[in-house]
Amino acid sequence: MPIEIDFFLNNINYIGAMVLFVIGLYTVLTHPNLIKKVIGINIMETSVFLFFVSIGFISGANAPIVEQGQAAETVVNPLPSAMILTGIVVAIGVTAFALSLIVKIHEAYGTIELDEIMQIRSAEKND
Amino acid sequence: MNDLIVKMTTKLVLPFIQLYGIYVIIHGHLSPGGAFPGGAIFATSIVLFTIVFGLRIGQKRLPHHVSSKLETSGIFVFIVFGLTGILMGYQFLTNQEAGFPMGEWGRVFSAGFIPIITFALGIKVMSAVVTLFHTMMEEE
Amino acid sequence: MTKIFTFLMLGGLLFVLLTSITELPTFGESYAPAHNEISNHYIEQGPEDTNSPNLIGAIITDYRAFDTLGEATVLFTAIAAVVAILGVVHHKQDKGDNHE
Repeated sequence: MPIEIDFFLNNINYIGAMVLFVIGLYTVLTHPNLIKKVIGINIMETSVFLFFVSIGFISGANAPIVEQGQAAETVVNPLPSAMILTGIVVAIGVTAFALSLIVKIHEAYGTIELDEIMQIRSAEKND
Repeated sequence: MNDLIVKMTTKLVLPFIQLYGIYVIIHGHLSPGGAFPGGAIFATSIVLFTIVFGLRIGQKRLPHHVSSKLETSGIFVFIVFGLTGILMGYQFLTNQEAGFPMGEWGRVFSAGFIPIITFALGIKVMSAVVTLFHTMMEEE
Repeated sequence: MTKIFTFLMLGGLLFVLLTSITELPTFGESYAPAHNEISNHYIEQGPEDTNSPNLIGAIITDYRAFDTLGEATVLFTAIAAVVAILGVVHHKQDKGDNHE
């Protein structure tokens, strides 16, 4: 199948979600700063939310604020949006938990850079 | 933070943020929004107050024992209104069949227990975010 | 060296993800399998069942309210975990002794 420019334009939400996922994974993998790792996890979560909400979209349809007796095709699918709300709450919980762990790590080691923490730990082990 | 402009702007903007949060919570079953965004907006106002005026004054405005009771009462209202469905002979969290008044289409007081549960959840989310923020600020 | 390997791995992952779009239904089509009888039921029967114009509010607080109760529990668990880790004592006399 030859890939055309319309293919990218029609699926721009999916492509954006996947690029965002890879950007978040790059941040988690390469940055030694723990807070930047948490930000990367948040970017990955956002990409999953974007992908999930995009599945329920119908082109030309309105937001699911309906009148009585409205046809189903004139309104986007409300189910993925309602489910993503649970995901957002879980993301808040995970972020708060990770940040509190980082506060404790900063208390114990005096830094939040992962390579410095590794040096301190190996020095402690050699003593 | 000892800046006069920041303090005066915060004092001016704060009631409007809180009014908007309460509006989003109360109209949760009529317009875009609901318990979680409204509670987050309301919590943002208290977080802004704590950032500008310091932790001591911010905690005096919403102390920990008050916010914990607000959170518990929010989830308590949710469960009590859910148990009403069982008392009326239906399942947990039954709305229309359990005899809640449905009201007129498009009014604030309509749709059975949805506005009540939205309000309780909004208060719960607000106190949850404020408690998270105050607990992390206290560590400094 | 590590950086080149990371870029190769992430580029491969991006390539795999992007090629999977050809198997997905086109963005915005109304015949996609996500728009099945469940969402049609919510859109058509929701106004009669719940008398609420906001369908998402109707779903999260009426049809799937038990799920929302679990969401509230998740928030409560997050607060409990944060307070347990940070170990803040919320008694006034203890706080005065420790922090000042």
